[in-house]
Amino acid sequence: MTTTLSPDAAAALEEANAHNARTRRNQKISAVIRYVILAIVGFIMLYPLIWLVGASFKTNAEIFASPGFIPQSPTTEGYERGWDTSTRWNFGHFFLNTLWILIPKTIGTAISATLVAYGFARFDFPGKKILFVTVIATLLLPNVVTRIPQYLLFRDLGWLDTYLPLWVPSALAGDAFFVFMLIQFLRAIPRDMEEAARVDGANTIQTLIFIVIPLLAPAIISVCLFQFMWTMNDFLGPLIYISSVEKYPVSLALRLSLDVTEAFQWNQVLAMSALTLAPSLIVFFVAQRYFIEGISTGGVKG
Amino acid sequence: MANLSLRSVEKVYGNSFKAVHGIDLEVKDGEFMVLVGPSGCAKSTTLRMIAGLETITGGEIRIGDKVVNNLVPGDRGIAMVFQNYALYPHMKVKNNLSFGLRIKRTPKDEIARGVENVSGILEIEELLERLPKQLSGGQAQRVAVGRALIKQPEVFLFDEPLSNLDAKLRASMRVRITDLHKQLKQASTSSTVVYVTHDQTEAMTMGDRICVMKDGHIMQVADPVTLYNRPENEFVAGFIGSPEMNLIPVALQRNGAPALTIGSQTVTFGNQLASRLSASTGDDLTMGVRPQHMQMVPPETDNAFSGTISHVEFMGHEVNLYVDIEGHKFTVVIPGDHYNPSMLADGAIRLAPRESQLHLFDPKTSQNISLA
Repeated sequence: MTTTLSPDAAAALEEANAHNARTRRNQKISAVIRYVILAIVGFIMLYPLIWLVGASFKTNAEIFASPGFIPQSPTTEGYERGWDTSTRWNFGHFFLNTLWILIPKTIGTAISATLVAYGFARFDFPGKKILFVTVIATLLLPNVVTRIPQYLLFRDLGWLDTYLPLWVPSALAGDAFFVFMLIQFLRAIPRDMEEAARVDGANTIQTLIFIVIPLLAPAIISVCLFQFMWTMNDFLGPLIYISSVEKYPVSLALRLSLDVTEAFQWNQVLAMSALTLAPSLIVFFVAQRYFIEGISTGGVKG
Repeated sequence: MANLSLRSVEKVYGNSFKAVHGIDLEVKDGEFMVLVGPSGCAKSTTLRMIAGLETITGGEIRIGDKVVNNLVPGDRGIAMVFQNYALYPHMKVKNNLSFGLRIKRTPKDEIARGVENVSGILEIEELLERLPKQLSGGQAQRVAVGRALIKQPEVFLFDEPLSNLDAKLRASMRVRITDLHKQLKQASTSSTVVYVTHDQTEAMTMGDRICVMKDGHIMQVADPVTLYNRPENEFVAGFIGSPEMNLIPVALQRNGAPALTIGSQTVTFGNQLASRLSASTGDDLTMGVRPQHMQMVPPETDNAFSGTISHVEFMGHEVNLYVDIEGHKFTVVIPGDHYNPSMLADGAIRLAPRESQLHLFDPKTSQNISLA
């Protein structure tokens, strides 16, 4: 079927089309501008990281010679010599050391923070308010304030130069931030599912394991993620409590290559820094999928 | 097989707010009992106390012959269907169904038989491998019912299970649940049901008996017909029935034939009403008459109230007339074929309340004094 438009209508249609075309063009232009700005700012933010990776393949002489990040004569010398370190142990040993802190700390945090958060979010008990305020108060307390008393405590326990001071407090829900984060997450989950489980005959622990933890999984994964990255990057903790080189985690081992020789082997330092970054980056990219899909699967469709 | 009884059950919250005021309720074995009332009347609280999700602060709840006051929900022999289904979002439908049995360590083949049986009854076989988020509202509702059914509980508890469904689905689920209850009853499996709703249509159509609640008190417990025809108090009279019963202040003359006066108009009634009246403290009463029981009579009729029509709602099979009698608003429902738009010309209408369906309430106690 063909319709003949009156001249007026045809003119109006043409004008409307032209207007639509203008709108589309403007949208395109603004999108291009937006993305160019974002790309430039993003590149500036990432530049130190890119430079770090690039420079780790440079020779020691070249690092300070040119500001660009593309090595002129790429070499893996920094990695080879850096890996061997100036000590009796190679860098793999220090990576393992980090792992011995990371594993108990991350698992312990996940378990203990979940238990404590479940308690606060779902049960009424005497002194709950005061205890919760205490948790929040520790959250607000600057770390520095507790360093010395903590040091004295751990010294009296005979834990100096062991990994215990580094992970035991966290594994006992000592990180108020994670407890708080899980409590907030739990509060957003309706109680109906837990009540249904109780009617189905599940006791408190069964409800926690079969219902609450699966619903809370995205939050628990992000807790593990944060704990992993912070532990990986923690420098001060190991610096205070670990004194023998054999027990150094990577964060301390990196410093090792800085002060044993007079002339710094910058390419080795940079190469090992790049390696040290790798686990955090990998874990982040693997886990962010759960992190993002997390909240949408946790909810209930009405 | 179990009856359920509540004896002086009370609920006082920590802030000393008294939600439930010592209620007594007896639900017979196999009975479909509906708890109905406006929001905040503590019907859900009562149900949750029966379920054990809410502690009781006084009285006693028995299921069968055991007192369940201090039993955890799982040991009470109940199953519950929640308002928003409360399906476990991370479990497939079949695992949702079998969760309760798995917790009780029921043998695997028995669980499989139960799942098969229940999914057959509720026609959810093809949904077993899905996750709750892949279900529509009606399907999720059926799974929620299935999760209760599979446990073969002594008492089923429903907490406004249909309020999240659209009107059409609600009507069909209503029939389905009622049918299911009949099936269970015929199979002489335990089938005692306590069903909470705020929707009086659901209550009237589903319940064997209905318990009307208000502010933590039970107003009346009766079967739907009694509740409709013989409301014990003003609240029940107003709550049950649609459109609402007209409740209008009147003056009663008792000497001779009873007569009711609204403003300057008086209508005389006969023996039927006289014989029903119990001795009352005063003669200023509230007349209760349903919109369907206000009969339109010819203009020349003497013994009737005259009023003016202010507004008309034509619904097809019937018509709602809003009538003003001496400043009091009445709703009158007449059959569609009795309606004639010319009635609106001067708006004058004469109405006679049907004597046998007329109720009188004492405004002080709100009790019906015309039931005897």
